[in-house]
Amino acid sequence: MTLCRISIVMAAVIMAWPGLGLAEAAMETEGGDSGVPLPVIPRGQGDNCVADTEIMRRNHMTLLRHQRDETMQQGIRGKQYSLKECVNCHAVMGPDATPVTVASPKHFCRSCHDYAAVNIDCFQCHASRPESGNFPGDHDRSAALPVTQAVIRIK
Amino acid sequence: MNMNRKTKKKNIAGRPGFDPGRRSFLGAVAAAAGVTLAPGVFLYGVGASGPALAREPGVAVSGDVRWGMLIDLNHCDKGCNECVSACVEENGLKGHGRPATDAQWIRKVDIHDPDTGLSQSLPVMCQHCAEPPCVDVCPTGASFKRADGIVLVDRHTCIGCRYCMMACPYKARSFVHEELEDQKPHAPRGQGTVESCTMCVHRVDAGGQPACVEACGRKGGGAMLFGDLKDPGSEISKRVASYATQQIRADLGLDPGVRYRNLK
Repeated sequence: MTLCRISIVMAAVIMAWPGLGLAEAAMETEGGDSGVPLPVIPRGQGDNCVADTEIMRRNHMTLLRHQRDETMQQGIRGKQYSLKECVNCHAVMGPDATPVTVASPKHFCRSCHDYAAVNIDCFQCHASRPESGNFPGDHDRSAALPVTQAVIRIK
Repeated sequence: MNMNRKTKKKNIAGRPGFDPGRRSFLGAVAAAAGVTLAPGVFLYGVGASGPALAREPGVAVSGDVRWGMLIDLNHCDKGCNECVSACVEENGLKGHGRPATDAQWIRKVDIHDPDTGLSQSLPVMCQHCAEPPCVDVCPTGASFKRADGIVLVDRHTCIGCRYCMMACPYKARSFVHEELEDQKPHAPRGQGTVESCTMCVHRVDAGGQPACVEACGRKGGGAMLFGDLKDPGSEISKRVASYATQQIRADLGLDPGVRYRNLK
């Protein structure tokens, strides 16, 4: 957990560093002609996430960590922020028509975490794809978000 | 039972955070379970006096409840392994062909008295002690007892030191040696952490009963009973009050939540 926190902080520092302003760089290369690779983030199910994209982008780790302790220690379930529901909603289908695990670079979480160079510890224990037989199949995941929305902005 | 459920719905409908959709879903599940299980299992599995009613979303577990089990060894056959199979299936405990280290949350133990020739077989899992030694020795607080008596490992803080494994007199805990993937979403488990029977806490929180108890009632001898030891009206409380039951190694004073009947 501590490692996770350190890596998140480090990533935030790197992103906010003026000389390494990835956010700015990405914004500048929106036209796609600078050669900087940008993450392709698959769209989740439904019209919107449990919170606004900006809030989720910056705070998803805090929301999950806060709620996980409540669930673990006090048995509080069914609240808004759940890793299980993230995984269910943001499952990405692989070539065999089953959701990919976090071992695949196409995995929703990895698509951005790889780009930001932040390790994900969650899936050392948690399932990184929906349980077999519970695959969401009626949603087209091929549509990617516009590139500008895939940039993590640190203000 | 239906009357009770309706009354309950009426009382809670006005509370903030109440989700009628979820409530009715759980009710439907309970009704479905009721018709699929044997009549006896229905009574203490999902009946009004049993652990049927799930807590509402957002409500913490309460110390007014203590979950426990009663296992009648007269109905536990030596060759039957249904509880173990159900646990493996429910929690995704895939083995690696290494019996010495593969995770084992529940196991069948055959005992034999050479003096009398008496043989018995009993399932042994985490006994969910009221005074758990695993919690006493844990250096990080990862091993803990929930307010409702279920003893768990918080793997977010477990450092894999295995003190708890040494402290447990029931040999109930396992260490995960291998990297895992495709765990069950309701049962996270990972390399470098200790784990044990959770009393199927995800099922209990949803108003159900542990997978082993359900399997024993459906396919086994119906030896296992799950319920609230603090509720005087529950089936398990009535039974432990009406005849003698035993805790394994009661001399240690740990007050396990798992009790046995006819253990000789």
